[in-house]
Amino acid sequence: MKPSQRRTLFAFFSELAIYAVFVVVYFFLVLHFLGGWLARLDKESVRLYGLVCLVLIIGQAVILEWLTTFLFRLLRGRSE
Amino acid sequence: MIFLAMHFPISGTNISPIYLVVVGFLIGILGGFFGVGGSFIAGPALRAIGMHWNFAVGTDLAHIVGKSVVAAKRHRALGNVDLRLGLIMALGTIGGAECGAQLIQLLKRQGNVDFVVSIISIAIYASISVFMVWESWKTMRAQKKKGGKAQKGRQAADESSFSGLTKTIHRIPLWPMISLPTSGVKSISLWVIIVVSFVGGLFSGFLGGGAGYIRMPMMVYILGVPTHLAVGTDLFEIIISASYGTFSHALKGNVDILVALVMNTGAAIGAQIGAILTQYFAGPKIRLLFVPLPLIGAAIVLYTLFTGHTF
Repeated sequence: MKPSQRRTLFAFFSELAIYAVFVVVYFFLVLHFLGGWLARLDKESVRLYGLVCLVLIIGQAVILEWLTTFLFRLLRGRSE
Repeated sequence: MIFLAMHFPISGTNISPIYLVVVGFLIGILGGFFGVGGSFIAGPALRAIGMHWNFAVGTDLAHIVGKSVVAAKRHRALGNVDLRLGLIMALGTIGGAECGAQLIQLLKRQGNVDFVVSIISIAIYASISVFMVWESWKTMRAQKKKGGKAQKGRQAADESSFSGLTKTIHRIPLWPMISLPTSGVKSISLWVIIVVSFVGGLFSGFLGGGAGYIRMPMMVYILGVPTHLAVGTDLFEIIISASYGTFSHALKGNVDILVALVMNTGAAIGAQIGAILTQYFAGPKIRLLFVPLPLIGAAIVLYTLFTGHTF
């Protein structure tokens, strides 16, 4: 295996490891604190639930995009 | 334990979060690479663990909004997004998505949503795969025949066997005619774009996801958009149309946002990897690699439908 390939592979698995920690913490935060509230909202106010769905999914995507880009740059340099 | 099934109260299902993250990761790679929402995998994957089709469709749409934000941002940086085309297409897609969602509601009321959607999805997924393998094979064979005369560059490597049909469609004189400089389309009727996006939206609302599996081939073969641009523009357009679809399905009680959020954590990293991979493949090869994916989706639906077994 070429050194550059080894470096990329190492960076990839490092990213996965760091990412896995974030994801596990995230599971507990979101599922524990938001689960009950969202289930009630779905029953009581569907319009608000629809809006909250969009805010949550887009907000999470923007944060995760920032996080993964940051990890890519940190571990592989700015070329990728 | 995180590896065990957890209860998701909105849809009332028990699913392992790890399963959702892995499915999200794989779909993220596919989405970033092919510019599709991955609903032909996500829908069947959710159905396979016991979620009803109406929830699978709505939840998948929500997950796709998040995933498309990540992948489209990456494609925009690579210059693969035609904003003008994407905004026009969003209009047609929203209309089609609403019609598709209403069809789902009709089937839900009649009580046969799972059976009908399963059969239609199998037929659609299989047809797309057969068509794309035939077209990509034909295009690559034509390129080989040209041999030394083959043109250089990304655009030339992105030829399609349907270029004759595409040119004929571009010549339809239906007012208003517009140009799409970013996609290299000199003149095309606005109505052609609206019809293409409406059909995509109809599939999106009915079968879930962004319906990139049908819109992406239509953009390449009918609108004549280069594959790389079709991938990026499709993702951009999906953000708008899938957001509308998510809201619409949420009002109908078909979205479990918790499942979508968990799936999205895996998709975020997968989408970045997929978008980077597009730089290493030419158009027909991307299309050929796409072929097995709808077939996998069809196989999962077929298995779930006939055995009644969920994973």
